[in-house]
Amino acid sequence: MKRKTWTLILTAAVALPLLSGCGTSSEGAGNGQSASEQKNAGELYVYNWGEYIDEDVINQFEDETGIHVIYDLFDTNEEMYPVIEAGAVTYDVVCPSDYMIQKMRENDLLAEINFDHIPNISQIDPAYMEMSKAFDPENKYSVPYCWGTVGILYNTKRLEELGVAPPTKWADLWNPKLSGEILMQDSVRDAFMVALKRDGFSMNSTNENELNQAKDALIEQKPLVQAYVIDQVRDKMIGGEAAVGVIYSGEMLYVQGEVESLGLDYDLEYVLPEEGTNLWLDSWVIPKNAKNKENAEKWIDFLCRPEIAKANFEYITYPTPNKGAFELLDEEMRNNKTVFPDIDSLTNSEVFTYLGDEVDAVYNDFWKEVKAN
Amino acid sequence: MNKLLRKNLLAGPYLFWSLGFILIPLLLIVYYGFTDREGSFTLSNILSIMTPEHRKSLWLALELSFVSTVICLVLAYPLAMVLRNRGMGRGSFIVFIFILPMWMNFLLRTMAWQTLLEKNGVINGLLAALRLPPQGLINTSGAIILGMVYNFLPFMVLPIYNVLCKIDDDTINAARDLGANFMQTLFLVWLPLSIPGIISGITMVFVPALTTFVISNLLGGSKILLIGNVIEQEFTRGGNWHLGAGLSLVLMIFILISMALIAKYDKNGEGSAF
Repeated sequence: MKRKTWTLILTAAVALPLLSGCGTSSEGAGNGQSASEQKNAGELYVYNWGEYIDEDVINQFEDETGIHVIYDLFDTNEEMYPVIEAGAVTYDVVCPSDYMIQKMRENDLLAEINFDHIPNISQIDPAYMEMSKAFDPENKYSVPYCWGTVGILYNTKRLEELGVAPPTKWADLWNPKLSGEILMQDSVRDAFMVALKRDGFSMNSTNENELNQAKDALIEQKPLVQAYVIDQVRDKMIGGEAAVGVIYSGEMLYVQGEVESLGLDYDLEYVLPEEGTNLWLDSWVIPKNAKNKENAEKWIDFLCRPEIAKANFEYITYPTPNKGAFELLDEEMRNNKTVFPDIDSLTNSEVFTYLGDEVDAVYNDFWKEVKAN
Repeated sequence: MNKLLRKNLLAGPYLFWSLGFILIPLLLIVYYGFTDREGSFTLSNILSIMTPEHRKSLWLALELSFVSTVICLVLAYPLAMVLRNRGMGRGSFIVFIFILPMWMNFLLRTMAWQTLLEKNGVINGLLAALRLPPQGLINTSGAIILGMVYNFLPFMVLPIYNVLCKIDDDTINAARDLGANFMQTLFLVWLPLSIPGIISGITMVFVPALTTFVISNLLGGSKILLIGNVIEQEFTRGGNWHLGAGLSLVLMIFILISMALIAKYDKNGEGSAF
């Protein structure tokens, strides 16, 4: 989700010339094929998170359909929204997160998807369609792409040295013994989720008292926090910089792989806090002003194919809601509870919902207070 | 007449550039800064600088950039003097060495500092090898100041060096002949003559240091909120472009002040860096 922002900026900074080289060459290839193979099947403007697709999948789609894909990236939901709203570039298919889909839907920016054109929707596990109802009550506007949880990653050896038991709940992140050893997520809703859930409130709370309490909790926690970061949680934890960090579950495959391949003398383990957590979903939607709606539906259908979803899962490593793809995975992966937790165990977890501009502003102001304190 | 027209035509690309990429964006910032979400006129974006969080982050940014500017000046002036005295040949080689890191991306260099300062980083590794206790270096105001000084020091050295090079050796020798000691020469001859360079160096360090958000994010662990971070957050995460633009306009006041300073002390553009 929000990881890889820096990786992206960095890559862009270092290899802009290189990247643009790649871009033109692959586009050229796509063009050539579409021209030679079949009649011009039109274009498709895709707007997605950075590093959120296996690039071969794009080429494969172009080869198969003859549709020329124009692929753009965004870093945050908040950055994507004004672009779609302004409509200066009309994207045909976009992949926002849960609460942002709700905001787009409520502000009448989304087109209803014609599911007759998406037969592969049957591959999506109904449980995730159910989950989507938090932000898309009638399952009319979105098709789930990736999902996951947020939990605590901890360094077993470091905790032992500090004499602290492994964390099991969010409240453990307020342990004074962990001073300077905590990495928190540097985003408003994620940070408040931790504090709200700790006190047993909904992470979609709009109650001023609850939010105040959460704000005070975060201010109280701040001296213990080493840094507020996003994707760096992963690398800092692998480097042994901190004892505990709040992290997206999708990073775990990478973390586990690194610990093994670097031969580290400590273990990094992931726990879902018992107070419940953020259950997030990124789904494909079609903006109302899309010019190539049918191509967009072809794209979504293509991505719902089990083999394609599997290729994407292997690249992104974030859990896939595609049951066909899940069955194609080897048994060890299927039983990896860190990546694929039992949905039943997530009963007290929630999906973020859009709270309206005014409440958003309250969250932002409170977050600024935490940061400025 | 014809000649004049041709001259104007040559300025065309630049005019187009500054209109499209400087003036129009600036006007957009002004528009956003003075309107609310409904598009009606408001001063609240500008006045929001008075809220405690914004005031605090502005003050902190002023403080840190002031300290780094002073450090840069203290480091840069002697260096510029040494460079000048070395004469063109070897001096310009040192200048070259000095500018060399600037060819590498600024973000990369700042991230390299992260690796140096981290808890298990290079510096603490060296300290441990010397059996000294590890230091909490990263995520402090000190680390941010270090990052600012490191990144902006060349912008202080070059304008001062340029101005010093223009001081005639005879002027210095005359001061010595008349019995001035080193301190007297420094304060009565060197410094007054190099004021244009110092002023332009100060603004070239102070302004980017004041508005930075990358350095404070990377080396401050996002725990230290500077005004640049507030603005960045409003644009990328808060989704409130109006507030972000309003605060940018407030920051522009400081930029205007520094431009006025340059105009006053550096009338002939002697102190320009390049």
